[in-house]
Amino acid sequence: MSEAPAAPRTVSADAPRAGGIDLLLRPPRPRAGWRLLPARVGAMCAVELQKLRHDRTELYTRAVQPALWLLIFGQTFTRIRAIPTGGIPYIDYMAPGIIAQSAMFIAIFYGIQIIWERDAGVLNKLLVTPTPRSALITGKAFAAGVKSVIQAVVVVIIAALLGVALTWNPLKLLAVAAIVVLGSAFFSCLSMTIAGIVLSRDRLMGIGQAITMPLFFGSNALYPVSVMPGWLQAVSKVNPLSYEVDALRGLLIGVHAHAALDFGVLLVAAALGIAAASSLLGRLAR
Amino acid sequence: MTPDARTEHAEAIACTGLRYAFGETNAVDGLDLTVGEGEVFGLLGPNGAGKTTAIRCITTLLPVPAGMVRVFDHDAAEDRMAVRRLLGYVPQQLSADAGLTGRENVELFARVFDVSRRERAARVDQALAAVDLTDAAERLAKTYSGGMIRRLELAQALVSAPRLLILDEPTIGLDPIARTGVWEHINAVREATGMTVLVTTHYMDEADQYCDRVALMHRGRVRALGTPTELRQGLADRRGTDTLPTLEDVFRDVAGSGLDDESGDFRDVRSTRRTANRVG
Repeated sequence: MSEAPAAPRTVSADAPRAGGIDLLLRPPRPRAGWRLLPARVGAMCAVELQKLRHDRTELYTRAVQPALWLLIFGQTFTRIRAIPTGGIPYIDYMAPGIIAQSAMFIAIFYGIQIIWERDAGVLNKLLVTPTPRSALITGKAFAAGVKSVIQAVVVVIIAALLGVALTWNPLKLLAVAAIVVLGSAFFSCLSMTIAGIVLSRDRLMGIGQAITMPLFFGSNALYPVSVMPGWLQAVSKVNPLSYEVDALRGLLIGVHAHAALDFGVLLVAAALGIAAASSLLGRLAR
Repeated sequence: MTPDARTEHAEAIACTGLRYAFGETNAVDGLDLTVGEGEVFGLLGPNGAGKTTAIRCITTLLPVPAGMVRVFDHDAAEDRMAVRRLLGYVPQQLSADAGLTGRENVELFARVFDVSRRERAARVDQALAAVDLTDAAERLAKTYSGGMIRRLELAQALVSAPRLLILDEPTIGLDPIARTGVWEHINAVREATGMTVLVTTHYMDEADQYCDRVALMHRGRVRALGTPTELRQGLADRRGTDTLPTLEDVFRDVAGSGLDDESGDFRDVRSTRRTANRVG
């Protein structure tokens, strides 16, 4: 045992003065009912934006991969004309897929983040606040969405610089943001659900690596569903990334899409993801 | 609520027959404990004694499978949200977010405790001032020293005006000067607000100096309870000596031999060392 600090049990010279802590004597008035959820979502999103403001390294490094996909894969296959795109340049066709992919890659790491937060004590500290577990997960899901939207803006700019003919209709761009948020909410919850099952960062990293590429290649991000073999079409039908890409393609490059179905599937997937991740959050707290 | 307005001699925490098992291991094995309002209460014991599990039940992080836990008369199993609104919690790990400034760290907890936008900035300022971090408020937490991070975590806990402050090993890994600083701020805030403080620590000498009462835990149960002086005098009387033993002597007496072999599993030790490493 080390020696106890030799301090008298008195208030130090720089201790708070009684007049200066009046607010710390009064508990805040609790938010009730429906107002609690948006408040927690707002708090989690604010943290994400504050972190990005202090350190944009991740934003820049994560822009490299989508840039390479568009620059190399997109431009090459535009020349080859091997993939039927309905008459539009292949790079235009794949740009929405790359936006969805880069958003998914951000969201899929939220499970690792929540395990890190558990190890660092941050998760327990948040779980001891008056925040229901579902609100905490919803907050994190939307925070993933906000981060993904910022990433999507970067990819849209890269795509525009490469000559992709994207829409600049502000309403459509707003809808793009909503779709990216919903898709990222689902994938972050999928990752946090797996985190709640495997409980370890190493296992989750392995599973994360194992599922991201199949999710990407098992979607319509790079090629239309019609050219897929039957079994892959079945995978694509249950893969929320396909619905995200379909919606983004319709909004950004104006091809025919199933907007209502896409939005509905993503909304239901996000809700199910939040429910699943919330129900397993308690396992991480133990 | 001002300290004067609170009911005197109320029970801040009442645990009755609390049990919690991880598989076949009884981490907490019939814990009976009462902490009075306004006390600084020390929960002492080696790694694996059951202190952290007991605290997790009190803070609602774990369910209460057997027994009863009440915090200011709210049932911790049934009325979790009400209990959480009364708590300020500082875990053993360094839990401030290194990627945010000191102010942003405290702001987050102001927001999740529903502090209105109107008074948020002033309340955050007061919490930072209470732990003497006003000048460092705009710096990223990753630039703070170990003692400053602990004080920042204290500010995060204080911003919601908790009635019960729970500190899990608040001075682990800190040098004596930083430990003194953390305890001075805990005491100053306690004296100014009248809040109850429940603290776990390995440092018996620290508990002796700063706690009103202590409970010595071993194998999931309280083995001795009282003021540090009462416990030390009790052992001196049993031994028939005039020299007052230390609190550590009292602990060895009530826990018996074999402490070294039972002091926590791999995970406990790893967590403790990781925290000490990050602070140092």
